[in-house]
Amino acid sequence: MSAILNVTRRDFIKTGSAAGAGLVLGFYVPSRNGTAAATPAAFEPNVFLRIDTTGQVTLIAPRPEMGQGVRTSLPMLVAEELECDWTKIRVEQAIADKKYGDQSVGGSGTVRESWMPLRKAGAAAREMLIAAAAARWAVKPDECRAESSFVHHTASKRKLSFAELAEAAGKLAVPKEPKLKEPSQFRLLGQRVHRVDTPAKVKGAAEFGIDVRVPGMKYAALARCPVFGGTLASFDAAKAKAIPGVRDAVRIGDSVAVIADNTWAAFQGRDALEVQWNEGPNAKLTSAAIHEQFVADAAKGGVVWRNDGDVDAALKAAPKQLNTVYEFPFLSHAPMEPMNCTAHVKADGVEVWVPTQVPQDIQEAVAKAAGVDESKVRVNITYLGGGFGRRLQDDYAIEAALVSKAIGEPVKVMWTREDDTQHDYYRPASYHALSAAIGADGAPAAFRHVVAGPSIIRQLYGGAPDGLDAALVNQTPYCYATPNVKLAYAMSNTAIPVGWWRAVYSTHCAHATECFVDEMAHAASKDPYEFRRNLLAGDGTVASGRAKISVARLRAVLELAATKAGWGTPLPKGQARGIACNPAFSSFAATVAEVSIADGEVRVHRIVCAIDCGMIVNPDTVEAQVEGSVVYALSAALKQTIAIEGGRVMQSNFHDFPMLRIHEMPKVEVHIVKSNEAPSGSGEPGVGPVGPAVVNAIFALTGKRIRRMPIAPEDLA
Amino acid sequence: MAQFNFTLNGKPQRVDVPADMPLLWVLRDTLSMTGTKFGCGMALCGSCTVHVEGEATRSCITTMADVAGKRVTTIEGLSANGLNAIQQAWIDEEVPQCGYCQTGMIMTASALLAAKKNPTDADIDEALGDHICRCGTYPRIRRAVHLAAKAAAAKPARGSAAGGER
Repeated sequence: MSAILNVTRRDFIKTGSAAGAGLVLGFYVPSRNGTAAATPAAFEPNVFLRIDTTGQVTLIAPRPEMGQGVRTSLPMLVAEELECDWTKIRVEQAIADKKYGDQSVGGSGTVRESWMPLRKAGAAAREMLIAAAAARWAVKPDECRAESSFVHHTASKRKLSFAELAEAAGKLAVPKEPKLKEPSQFRLLGQRVHRVDTPAKVKGAAEFGIDVRVPGMKYAALARCPVFGGTLASFDAAKAKAIPGVRDAVRIGDSVAVIADNTWAAFQGRDALEVQWNEGPNAKLTSAAIHEQFVADAAKGGVVWRNDGDVDAALKAAPKQLNTVYEFPFLSHAPMEPMNCTAHVKADGVEVWVPTQVPQDIQEAVAKAAGVDESKVRVNITYLGGGFGRRLQDDYAIEAALVSKAIGEPVKVMWTREDDTQHDYYRPASYHALSAAIGADGAPAAFRHVVAGPSIIRQLYGGAPDGLDAALVNQTPYCYATPNVKLAYAMSNTAIPVGWWRAVYSTHCAHATECFVDEMAHAASKDPYEFRRNLLAGDGTVASGRAKISVARLRAVLELAATKAGWGTPLPKGQARGIACNPAFSSFAATVAEVSIADGEVRVHRIVCAIDCGMIVNPDTVEAQVEGSVVYALSAALKQTIAIEGGRVMQSNFHDFPMLRIHEMPKVEVHIVKSNEAPSGSGEPGVGPVGPAVVNAIFALTGKRIRRMPIAPEDLA
Repeated sequence: MAQFNFTLNGKPQRVDVPADMPLLWVLRDTLSMTGTKFGCGMALCGSCTVHVEGEATRSCITTMADVAGKRVTTIEGLSANGLNAIQQAWIDEEVPQCGYCQTGMIMTASALLAAKKNPTDADIDEALGDHICRCGTYPRIRRAVHLAAKAAAAKPARGSAAGGER
């Protein structure tokens, strides 16, 4: 699967220093689906490990760093098996290139997919260094061991440094199946290792996309039709061009780009443009109309992907039946760094500098936009000032390429916060029709969930021909023991662009499920924790599309969160707890929220999270990701909506699309399940259970069941 | 266009820009000092925070004319080697994720600690309540401010030293 090549003498490896090349290995990280790219016709190594003759270890990292810590966690995997001195390893960001396999960061997949290949590369290099030392000493390799960048011959107490061995090791064949360490032997993995990118970030020295400067560069801001699907009718740039620093205004498709000497002039010039738009067929679209569409589509029943027993009969027969609806708005990603890209389209090729989660998509899209072959597009990957799924799109890079092509100069296209809020690929709005039957014994006899809303896979890629969005199916499991279960999706697309928003469908599907299960528990007069726990008995698996979910692992996080939160123990007067759990991205998460209500507002005091994401590379990073997930989820539950009127987004900046702030921050505790399972996602699974835990806590406190997000003051009155 | 003189990170600086050009863009585009970030343009997020005469100030709504003749400090000039007690505390507490908002956070925290040697949680909320971190690093920011205060108190003579306990 992950062949490793000795590529020491390949001429495309440049050490960039006076040191000898030493040992250079190329190895292959398979793509997400393990498909085409995993079995290339001619093997091209995709990640390079280099040990030069000074002992410096360099890993060329193909994937972007967006705050999730991969620039630290990936070299930890190599260093663990290599037995090198952690302080001597360095990571370089690769440019975009198909030879690296999948370079995207999203779906909480980087560590999951890199776990074995990077460890194998480290282990292979270690075995080659040991073989080189053994040959020099004329001893058997198994009498030697590697430690902290040295190979030791234990019996004779001799040692040689990796620096001294690199060149000889580079002449050896790569072992086919290098021996990996047992988890019990790990020295580095599982330790709190300081992130390598932090010092630059606290000095203001880390280069984000917005910080890129290219000699002779111009700055551009674009006027885009505020109505989705609208087109450009005409524009008058006279007033824009009167602004000092504005050079020109050019039509770019259905947008107008104002070209200037600095960002400020470009923004001012864009504001001064007089533009007439053809608002097109969506000019009267509203959130209310979208809601009506969802209601109508849900009523048709949707496409069923799970149908156990006979839900309809069970609903009729049961003594107690629940029927209700949960609703969720569109949401914007709002990373702190607004969209931007710098591009230089030249006669002989294109160079772009871009904060992106998908370097290769950018390469392909920019090549198309500039009309050149992909091989002529060099994509430089900067740090990302947040991704959260927004930077899985290529729209802003295409703009930069088109503008540079139009003006024949390098240009940085810069978005304002307003652009970012109003031209996003939003978390889909959705409508959830839920029904359940509670038997005489208090156990659920039937559960039905019909999700209506836009499909990301259909709207972005034209996929899901059978009407089932695979991502939605994967992220909408129902794991509680119930004899009759029907799960269905009523695809209901709109003109509002949708995309991958941190934790994606789990942010509304899991929310609806976990709140409704809470309703079921109360209808059965059971404790919501015990109710869930009893329905997660045994060690079976539940399938939801590709996802195969271990009930025992889900139960374990539920129990851990409940135990750590002190579920059932008294709280101060005026406070209550809620609980929720959810499997997502091959991981398992549970949350207990403690809330009160003061002055008509929800106050979240404490959030206890439990996560099982398999073996841990860097626990500090996992904790940080779960802490961040909590803030992301609370902002959505308590504050955020994207409303549509007249076919356009009504919100514009942080005053009307607000975020949780430090004084609203609850105490957050993250508890990680100790596991020897393969690593799985940590950046997203923590999001899903937070919102429902808060809503369930509000019910426990007030008896009010909030079924429409975000939580509004009138819901609490 | 007009000429403006001011003191930037302790050195005299002259720029020739429109009087209403925000300091943020003068720093970033005219002077190539990109540690100060653009987040909202409306003083809502704090990513653009610098010090003007020692006060934490939103450079996105502060014009060049506003700072003429004044002392401006940016993240690049906050410490000699990029590692004062606050920056070290940010490293020790492993605060940044994407890191984009953190230079603004550090500038405000620095102004807070200059005014209050031992800030309470309420002081921190008051000072940083108008900042946004989309990655959600708030609990670590709080810990780092307390750590920086403790480190500065323990070793007042060496501003760049900080304790390592968590």
